[in-house]
Amino acid sequence: MALPGPTAAERFFNGILPENPVYRQLLGMCPTLAVTGAVKPAMTMAAATAFVLISANGIISLIRGLLRPHLRILVFTLTIAAFVTIADRALQAYMYQMSKELGPYVPLIIVNCLIISRCEICASKQNLGVALADAVGMSLGFGLALASIATVREILGSGTWFGLPVMPSGWPNWGIMVLPPGAFLTLGLLLAVAEWIGLRRQEKGTET
Amino acid sequence: MSKAPRKGGYVSQAWLVIVLALLYGGALAGVQTTLGPRIAENKKSETYDVIPHLVEGAARAKTTERTVTGAVDGKPHPVYRAVTGDGTLCGWALPATGLGFADRIDLLIGLCADASTITGIYVLEQKETPGLGNLIGTDEFRGQFAGKRADEPIQVVTAGPVAGNEIRALTGATISCDSVADIVNATVENLREPIRQLGAQEPLEPNDVPRGRGG
Repeated sequence: MALPGPTAAERFFNGILPENPVYRQLLGMCPTLAVTGAVKPAMTMAAATAFVLISANGIISLIRGLLRPHLRILVFTLTIAAFVTIADRALQAYMYQMSKELGPYVPLIIVNCLIISRCEICASKQNLGVALADAVGMSLGFGLALASIATVREILGSGTWFGLPVMPSGWPNWGIMVLPPGAFLTLGLLLAVAEWIGLRRQEKGTET
Repeated sequence: MSKAPRKGGYVSQAWLVIVLALLYGGALAGVQTTLGPRIAENKKSETYDVIPHLVEGAARAKTTERTVTGAVDGKPHPVYRAVTGDGTLCGWALPATGLGFADRIDLLIGLCADASTITGIYVLEQKETPGLGNLIGTDEFRGQFAGKRADEPIQVVTAGPVAGNEIRALTGATISCDSVADIVNATVENLREPIRQLGAQEPLEPNDVPRGRGG
């Protein structure tokens, strides 16, 4: 029987905004900063992370009754590493240039705290349905965060979105936005916006 | 604080880890068997794409893969024979592999027709430290190899001006730069002489069928 905890719907919606992995929990900062120079690689990274997170959460939830407390992190890591390797090989086979563009950041999904934290917090304690809802919600939240940062950086830095020109022809591309400082600037500003929205919601909740 | 002793031996404690490792290992072997040929084909296609940029005048469609024997290490090695559109030998591309700071580094080394000069290098695969070691793939670093003599080892310097067969290391990535130089030196030393002899066997041999796709 599943331990008491948030329902599948709560897990799902919490992952998208209230507990967004990037804007609320500051997890997965490495890919958030490294692959958001353009939307295409950011979305590929989000999809690869989603595949690993959903697969790992599903497996861990299924075997949660067999987990030994002192070996659970080893089992999480083993499971995550297996699915990351599958994602990496699939990218190399079917999206070779994108795989080259993402470079070491696909294998580095193994050390993305988002995935291991969801295995620990949810999948190892709750049933398959809740674990999958949690993984899908968190994946959407992670994808949303990567998409928002990449959108700002690509539009301001390259004048394009998904590779398509969206800015006037005279737009002077802000080169800094596609460089590492642009990632920190954009993340900082969007974090501030997310925090402001969170505070506003809190205030509204107190008033009512 | 004393801990309660864990019951059972190692196997009873870790059986789940062992079973999962075997299952995942089997699954990954299946994935590799299925996707491996496609990945190899992607890499080969990329190699053919790169050669015209590595060896001046090379035509992709005319590039052929050959196996050279007589290397210093006594093993057969694949090389790419780069020719111009009219079939004239203009250089060679040598696949090379070695250990970097983080993982394996795969290179493609360009040589001129008589194997006396390096025409350039290209990093096919690397997993060096992002922001430091992975800069070995940049034009700035790779460009240093073009024009270096193939009969002298390339030296990596960290300070001062570079001269002769020296290249400058990337700041914070000395081990990766040394690894690239070592791979280039070892491969060129290993294959320079048999390639020079192969180049002297002009014109094309009957079995030398172009394998490059497209133009």
